[in-house]
Amino acid sequence: MAGLAILVLIAALSIGIGLISRHDPARIASAAMQGPSGEHWLGTDDLGRDVFARLGYGGRVSLGVGLAAVALSLLVGVPLGALAGYFGGWADMIISRLIEVMLALPTILLAILIAASMGKGADTLVFAVGIVGIPQFARQVRGSVLTLREQDFVQASRALGASPLRTLFHEVVPNALGPIIVLATLGVGSAILTAAGLSFLGLGVETGTPEWGAMLYEGRRGLQSSAHLAVFSGLAITLAVLAINLFGDGLRDALDPKAEKKA
Amino acid sequence: MTSYIIRRLLASIPLLFVVSFLVFFLSRAGGRDPVDAILGEKGTPETRARVTRELGLDKPLIVQYGIYIGRVLRGDLGTSYIRAGESVSAEIGRRLPATIELTCAAMLIAILVGVPAGILSAVRPRSWIDYLGMSVSLAGVSIPVFWLGLLLVLAFKQWLPVSGNIDPAIDIVRRTGFTILDCALAGDGRAFVDALRHLVLPAVTLSTIPLAMTARITRSSMLEVLGSDYVRTARAKGLRSTTVVTRHAFRNALVPVVTLIGLEFGYLLGGAVLTETVFDWPGLGTYTVHAVFQTDPVSICGASLVIATTFILANLAVDILYAFIDPRVRYG
Repeated sequence: MAGLAILVLIAALSIGIGLISRHDPARIASAAMQGPSGEHWLGTDDLGRDVFARLGYGGRVSLGVGLAAVALSLLVGVPLGALAGYFGGWADMIISRLIEVMLALPTILLAILIAASMGKGADTLVFAVGIVGIPQFARQVRGSVLTLREQDFVQASRALGASPLRTLFHEVVPNALGPIIVLATLGVGSAILTAAGLSFLGLGVETGTPEWGAMLYEGRRGLQSSAHLAVFSGLAITLAVLAINLFGDGLRDALDPKAEKKA
Repeated sequence: MTSYIIRRLLASIPLLFVVSFLVFFLSRAGGRDPVDAILGEKGTPETRARVTRELGLDKPLIVQYGIYIGRVLRGDLGTSYIRAGESVSAEIGRRLPATIELTCAAMLIAILVGVPAGILSAVRPRSWIDYLGMSVSLAGVSIPVFWLGLLLVLAFKQWLPVSGNIDPAIDIVRRTGFTILDCALAGDGRAFVDALRHLVLPAVTLSTIPLAMTARITRSSMLEVLGSDYVRTARAKGLRSTTVVTRHAFRNALVPVVTLIGLEFGYLLGGAVLTETVFDWPGLGTYTVHAVFQTDPVSICGASLVIATTFILANLAVDILYAFIDPRVRYG
């Protein structure tokens, strides 16, 4: 519950930043790298832009990229896993090998290679982070579908003459959704971390776009003289991911009674 | 058992081929033209055409791949486009030990802190130790490693070195490539201490995620074992609590922990990219990132292939270890 509360607060700050702060995130308002003050609550960045406003607008980008990336992973990963688990045979062979290939490279490395081949931009981030997230969803769904397909209600649907695809997506997949919801929630956290990592390396959004990872990248350059930019942008990422992880853990306990007993 | 290992090894060969194609394609797709990166602004159309032809970049991608993989099979990862004449195999050979050294140090910290923390949490569930341990491990998986690295730099820069893996002024004979080992072999105490001091902050930074995960897995695995009948029997026999925990429960709780540690090891070898960047660690991660920014596809490809191979071998080692522990896997 605490996780959800922090998450709602961060989202509200990002959406309503225009009402809370009168600073334009792109305008050079003051001297560079000033510490927090009454005028600039969290100080100014390396170009003299208001850090609080940039964090707020950056939240829209960072949270948006995290959500969109997980949506992409779900959209591709769930059907792939479902087809592999339900039909077996060649479909399973090909899809499982595909997943193995993607898992043969560490997530961040694969994301770097994809992002570097595409050029900068928020869409690059979504694509790179979304693609590397596919295997875990596909594997999870495949496993669930494998156990579900032998159950009586699935046999019944088939006996009633429903087509295999209808049976799969109307009967089997909806019953496999529980763990997927938990995985997707936790996935948003790791997507935000991976996207921030790419931006931190300089492979993320276009220069000037407020985004938490990119702000950390800018803050790193001025770290020795003035640390507030790096500290606040990193804190924003950590708080958001922590809140998502807390919320995801709670969701898992709520959806899986066994997990609660074990914990 | 031998047939299981051979079967698994053979299965990883086609996997490596597909991975090599993927990496080759990605390192050459889109982005900047390497010819631009080599010639800069100076390139006339004639020199551009000549360089393109010399590097074989005018051939279809699939032919380029064929030539490349032919070389790789003979153990040659090619020559860097950007730093003319630099052998990619030799450079990776120089840098891989630094990454392995960092990874091993991080894993050591993760095991030495994570396993005891997990056991303590499991022995006293819902106590303050448990809550503290689990809160720290939750923070450990939520904090971006590169941010933690920057914070550590800020906090400790007066006391510890924050860049590189040894003072550049120190000259040691390279025998193994592993800096700490070479310092020890040379019998140079001052160099050894300096290398150790360079290792502290990067290793602590890199250890956070595996530490948190090791603590969580150890805790849940211990909790499960501690609730089982044979542990109750051992307690009923009147054995001391410490004996029950260390002799009876811990050994059986170890299986998932060992698996996780193996998997993390492979993951860290490649995942050290961000930590290496923060601390300018001269490993494979910084090498890959530099190659990406310099548009040097041969170096990107070589480094990625080495990382992927290590990763696949690490996963294979875990599976084989698993088959040793649990005979059911072998015949599955």
